[in-house]
Amino acid sequence: MAVTGWIVVDNNYCKGCSLCVEACPQEVLALDMERLTPQGYHPAKMTQDKCTGCGICAVVCPDAAITVYREKPEKVTRR
Amino acid sequence: MAKELLKGNHAFAEAAVRAGVEAFYGYPITPSTEFLEYMSARLPALGRVFVQAESEVAAINMVYGAACTGKRVMTASSSPGLSLMMEGISYIAGTEVPAVVVNVMRGGPGLGNIAPSQGDYYQMIKGGGHGDYFPIVLAPASVQEAIDYIGLAFDLADKYRAIVHIVVDGNMGQMMEPAELPPMREIPEKVPDWAVSGAKGREPNILTSIYIDPVDEEVTNLRLLKRWKEIEKNEVIFKEYAVEDAEYLVIGFGTAGRVASSAVREAREAGIKAGLLRPITLAPFPSQRLEELADQVKRILVVEMNSGMMLDDVIRIVKGKVPVEFYGRMGGVTPLPDEIYAEIRRVSENTGPGAEDPRDEWIPRLEKFISGEK
Amino acid sequence: MVATAEVIYQRPESFTEVHTHYCPGCTHGVAHRLVAEVIDEMGLREKTIGVAPVGCSVFAYRYFKMDFVEAAHGRAPAMATGIKRVLPDRTVFTYQGDGDLASIGIAEIMHAAGRGENITVIFINNAIYGMTGGQMAPTTLEGMKTTSSPLGRDVKLAGYPIRMAELLSNMDGSAYIVRRSMHNAANVRKSKKAIRLAFEAQERGLGFSLVELLSSCPTNWKLTPQEALDFVGEKMVPVFPLGDYKVHPTLENLKV
Repeated sequence: MAVTGWIVVDNNYCKGCSLCVEACPQEVLALDMERLTPQGYHPAKMTQDKCTGCGICAVVCPDAAITVYREKPEKVTRR
Repeated sequence: MAKELLKGNHAFAEAAVRAGVEAFYGYPITPSTEFLEYMSARLPALGRVFVQAESEVAAINMVYGAACTGKRVMTASSSPGLSLMMEGISYIAGTEVPAVVVNVMRGGPGLGNIAPSQGDYYQMIKGGGHGDYFPIVLAPASVQEAIDYIGLAFDLADKYRAIVHIVVDGNMGQMMEPAELPPMREIPEKVPDWAVSGAKGREPNILTSIYIDPVDEEVTNLRLLKRWKEIEKNEVIFKEYAVEDAEYLVIGFGTAGRVASSAVREAREAGIKAGLLRPITLAPFPSQRLEELADQVKRILVVEMNSGMMLDDVIRIVKGKVPVEFYGRMGGVTPLPDEIYAEIRRVSENTGPGAEDPRDEWIPRLEKFISGEK
Repeated sequence: MVATAEVIYQRPESFTEVHTHYCPGCTHGVAHRLVAEVIDEMGLREKTIGVAPVGCSVFAYRYFKMDFVEAAHGRAPAMATGIKRVLPDRTVFTYQGDGDLASIGIAEIMHAAGRGENITVIFINNAIYGMTGGQMAPTTLEGMKTTSSPLGRDVKLAGYPIRMAELLSNMDGSAYIVRRSMHNAANVRKSKKAIRLAFEAQERGLGFSLVELLSSCPTNWKLTPQEALDFVGEKMVPVFPLGDYKVHPTLENLKV
């Protein structure tokens, strides 16, 4: 079963630089052209449900705007 | 404690140690180097900090860093070194952290020479660094006074979170004279609440001189100005000699003031009613006392080892009530008591109106004197 | 349904809740975040004193939730020296750009390394003066156009780019001198590990530590954020080779 993850972009920090969009190996990120952040940028958002929670978007994010989550399967001890 | 025969720079340094200086950062330069040499042995032996920096620029910025921790910190240098330090001094003033800087002044401008001078009056008293700030400046005239006022310098720096300069000249740095050192003071454990020390269990402390919004900078300038007004009210120090019935007032600071006191004594013996005002705090200047004396005396003689820098302050304060005259030696030349005595005698016999710029009358006298000396 | 959600990544605790003034895509933000993450992981926040520079990162103190001072241009290593010597048990780091560190402050950085000051330096090399609007820096590449080398840096007139990591690695007081880059996720991860080791060097009292981070300046390079990262990887890395220039033996086998 594929690992499922998701991200939450904090619009207070995101500047719409797109580096996460370019870096995402699953190609599930895009700038949200329908919305503006308080600073006037189009923030990044998830476009489909194929995120694995790998965290690469957060690693390249210059604004620490992304929180990355991953489903934790039940009854499986991590590591 | 008994008097000992002490060399100026060593005595000042030991006085600083006893006043609780915890760190010294400096760079060698004549005629202040013995200060640094003394600290290089003394401070590590006490478990305190000594660093010989790569330049005066680095030294003052090390002082700046340590001052931000609330520790008692200082440096000592000489005129060209002070020019290099002015950047850091401005930052220290702008960040409102306490530090003590000793300037053992020498002849200039430029490389000049290593002889005693008071040519840094403008630089030290009027600021020197960029921006609106007000340094406190102490000008002791003997080894004992320097010892006595170094402790005060640290206390004033802490009290007002301000930069305190002590200006002496090569005479005082190099001379040996009997003096008494104070007992060793305890170093306080307490860290000031504004200092950086690691934000353990409190909000972070940020120490900076940047106020990007001009209104914030103006508020800061105003705070510094109001603090300076307090300093002017509370911290003026001066010494007087024979002023009670004086008709001719001599004003000089540091070595020039000390030489002038001998000349004033000589004048009194000769029946001339001379008196001496010797500012210890050049900033804040003893303006009020000078105004009072200007109402009393017939004429004023300013004696300096520069081209007439304090003279400008005296003229400003006296406001033309009585003629002000000037006698200065420059370039690292120290005036002799006889020279100043001759000037007092001349001034006491002069009933003329006085020049608008006293230097205009002094320059030909000095030229004649120098040609006689050569 | 999902029983629990595991947080893979979140904003470091050593950050304030202030959004930065940096341009979109500027890697200053990445470097800041890596420093904050390392300080979080090592539990150093409450004993750390940062020294901010003059340059684009002049306001670094706004973004880190820790004690901070603001140095004069280039003097951060001297200021850090002043602090570290009187508070040797605190963690002291400077954060400096290439104009600050490699130009006006080259004396201060060389001598801090020479003395083996037990401080950590995060050195941002983006080959340009950012804050003043894109002038030539000591690290500007040959031929690179800036507002003060409008025809491209002519090395006959303006000299060659200065390689600070190599220079500093020759100082006996240096404990850890490396160059990393932030032009993609793999290199950002390597940069973080290097920052960790630099702080480990300081915590172990090994001497001077510096991480040079190749960084982008999309605005002044007139590139998009991604193009700017590509420029770092393709043009800067060949001139400023990544690598470990000096590593104290104590750090060689340290698992972090």
